[in-house]
Amino acid sequence: MSIAPHFPIIASEPVIQLEDIERRFGPIQALRGISLSLVPGRALALVGESGCGKTTCARIIARMDQPTAGKLRFQGRDITKTGTAEDERAYRREVQMVFQDPFSSLNPVFSIEHHLSRPILLHRHAVGKAAVSDAVSELLANVGLDPALTRRKFPHELSGGQRQRVNIARALAVRPSVLVADEPTSMLDVSIRMGILELLAQIKQKERLALLYITHDIATAAHVAEEIVVMFAGQMVEWGETNAVIGDARHPYTQLLLSAVPDGSRPFVIGESARFLEQAEKVRALSRPTSTTVEQVGPNHFVRPLAAAS
Amino acid sequence: MMSGLNILLRQKKAVAGLVIICTLCLMAIFAPLIAPGVPGARVGRSHQPPTVEHVFGTTKMGRDVYTQFVWGSRTSISVGFATGIAITVIGTVIGLIAGYVGGRTDAALDLATNAVLVIPNIPLLILLASFAGTVGPLSIMTIIALTSWPWGARMTRSQTLALRNRDFVTAAKMIGEPRWRIIFVELLPNLLPLIGINLVGSIIYAIVAQTTLEYLGFGDPLQVSWGTMLYNAQNSSAIILGAWWDIGAPAAGIALIGLGLALVNFTFDEIANPQLRSGPALTRWLRLSRVRNRSLGATR
Amino acid sequence: MSDTLLQIRNLDVDYLLDKGEFRAVKNVSFEIGRGELFGLAGESGCGKSTIAYAITRLSKAPAWVAGGQIILDGQDLLKLPESEMQKVRWKRVGMVFQSAMNSLNPLMRVEAQFHDVLHRHTGCSKSQSRAQAEAMFKLVGIPTSRISDYPHQFSGGMRQRIVIAICLALRPELIIMDEPTTALDVVVQREILEQVIDLQRAYGFSVLFITHDLHLMAQLCHRIGVMLKGELVEVGDVKQVSQSPAHDYTRKLWNAIPQLPRQSRLTGETA
Repeated sequence: MSIAPHFPIIASEPVIQLEDIERRFGPIQALRGISLSLVPGRALALVGESGCGKTTCARIIARMDQPTAGKLRFQGRDITKTGTAEDERAYRREVQMVFQDPFSSLNPVFSIEHHLSRPILLHRHAVGKAAVSDAVSELLANVGLDPALTRRKFPHELSGGQRQRVNIARALAVRPSVLVADEPTSMLDVSIRMGILELLAQIKQKERLALLYITHDIATAAHVAEEIVVMFAGQMVEWGETNAVIGDARHPYTQLLLSAVPDGSRPFVIGESARFLEQAEKVRALSRPTSTTVEQVGPNHFVRPLAAAS
Repeated sequence: MMSGLNILLRQKKAVAGLVIICTLCLMAIFAPLIAPGVPGARVGRSHQPPTVEHVFGTTKMGRDVYTQFVWGSRTSISVGFATGIAITVIGTVIGLIAGYVGGRTDAALDLATNAVLVIPNIPLLILLASFAGTVGPLSIMTIIALTSWPWGARMTRSQTLALRNRDFVTAAKMIGEPRWRIIFVELLPNLLPLIGINLVGSIIYAIVAQTTLEYLGFGDPLQVSWGTMLYNAQNSSAIILGAWWDIGAPAAGIALIGLGLALVNFTFDEIANPQLRSGPALTRWLRLSRVRNRSLGATR
Repeated sequence: MSDTLLQIRNLDVDYLLDKGEFRAVKNVSFEIGRGELFGLAGESGCGKSTIAYAITRLSKAPAWVAGGQIILDGQDLLKLPESEMQKVRWKRVGMVFQSAMNSLNPLMRVEAQFHDVLHRHTGCSKSQSRAQAEAMFKLVGIPTSRISDYPHQFSGGMRQRIVIAICLALRPELIIMDEPTTALDVVVQREILEQVIDLQRAYGFSVLFITHDLHLMAQLCHRIGVMLKGELVEVGDVKQVSQSPAHDYTRKLWNAIPQLPRQSRLTGETA
């Protein structure tokens, strides 16, 4: 059964489209009915708890995994099946990823200069030592790092936030049109997350990138993405314009997520834990069964209503 | 990597080991200067104990043990090192490819590794040697190298498997690095401590294997090496006759180079596993802890 | 019996380097009262975890307690011989670490691990520890039927709750929690921490809660301390520190944390 993408078409054509994507791992249905579009210059947040399938989605978009059903479109073309080596290489040039762990994303034996020159050299964005060196400086400056100081350093000499900036710079060095950020700030201190997120938002606008921002922290999604998809157990449960979804959440799971965001002005109330636990379990149980109906509750706000309770 | 070298030099064990190895190597290189003459020449009476003229004494045939020791070190050390390097290179390349590529390539290489692993080394060497009559250093080197690499290959493969799933490898793939570059340029440097351990172990093994073959009489009697020295000493019943220097010199040589290599090996272990590091900071911490625990224990 | 359970006085902790040392905790002093939830906030590397390990004297090399006092109920822990310290750990001061959920023995059933810990500290029998385990499971909201399951059969959040349960089974006076929910999702995080609040009210233990998430701390704790580069820059009542922070750094820390837009405060009622 095909569900037409429920995103309104904006001025630009979507660069990546997922149509009814399914991914099975043996008996386990990791993804079902996933349909979304990535548009240049806009960010889409994929939010959900661990195990909900958001990383699997990212891997499919990054071509590190194949869907078992559904279509993946790039610039309108159906590229679900693996193409020639040349096709795959061309795709790699367009879609890059920033990983969650800033510590293991960089090779400990090489300097930052090496990490950034490689993609430049591989994709021939600059030729000759001087040109490459300039390109590296520019990349570092664009992510808010001091080129002269940072280029000679090794990964272990940088902080987590700095490393993540280098990771972003490396992805940008390829000059992609799509950037997939897989929980880029989850392993960083809460106080430096905003810096990285603002950087991503800036870059998205400046380079007209289509940004896919994956996170389990719905609060950060609001700061980065114009559109949001809330996922649970492999399904999209609520999606649309971020303000609409967060301001007027209709699905119980979205509401649960929002209520759990740490809020200093709402201290925990004694005696509430049993109730919250029970509620959380109930919401999870109700949200799990597959439902194919989609309800539109706003111009860009869609919900998958709960399957009828038994 | 530079920091690795620094750590190496700061460890006293490593420095001691390197000093021993370098001394022996220099001795081998400068053999013509420090032991002029032909090692095979008969220069004294049979089985003379060490004197000023013959500092290591003489063999049964009246040859100067010291000269033989110095010149023999050339063969033993060079064949040992060369073979050790060959073993390490073969094992590392096979381990890296098997670990990274996986799938059928891995299965095939794994089969080859296990097959060669099962072959009993020394008996095979003896068999091949007895076919060929006597075996020169080059043949010994080849035979040892071709039968001893599996241990290192296994180690390298495990480590490669562990590193393969790290994000920086995936990132390298994503930016479009070709496979060979990922294996040999991105992954390989991360394996250096392991390769170091492998290398040192292989060299020690190669020296011992070579000496064993020669001691058993399969070496080339016209070449002088520590192994052939042992063979000749044994054949002339040196120990029974009380000529301890005849066996003592080559044995000491092998023991010394083994000691030097083992000392260096400790440090590779420490680089590979930072928890083993015993820098000055840790020593101080341990000392302070002991003092404190003692004084606290006393108050009760 | 005074109201103060733990007093940290002028604590200095150094990290020994090859030449000299680096002072990771500088002259830190604060108090935790009985039944109080005290939070210690700060960025990575500010020294908060170092303090946690120093309290239980589990500092690993090269961390070295250079000076100060850690007074638990009138007794300076730093002056105790190791044998006495072993009686303090777990029985009087419990610890829950960030990856504590991974510290459960994967080869032992959970009830066996309860028995392991309880027997070592209280010498109780298998049936006694089983009864305790069932009671603790009920307390942390996990079905008691699962008591003979293996750790891998539980989710990460549930394992963390099991670790807290094992910790509580010994009825310590103080539990130190070092980033216990950082690796977990927000919903699971809230489940666990709401439970900690209720348990704390029921059993009266104090909590030293360490995290870099100030908002979480403000939801949970009675009093908060903020650390910057080894120094305690602000200590006070949660309301005061959150609404009118005295120190610039505290203010900066509050403002740096991404928050939901104002209009989205929901009570989380199900349809």
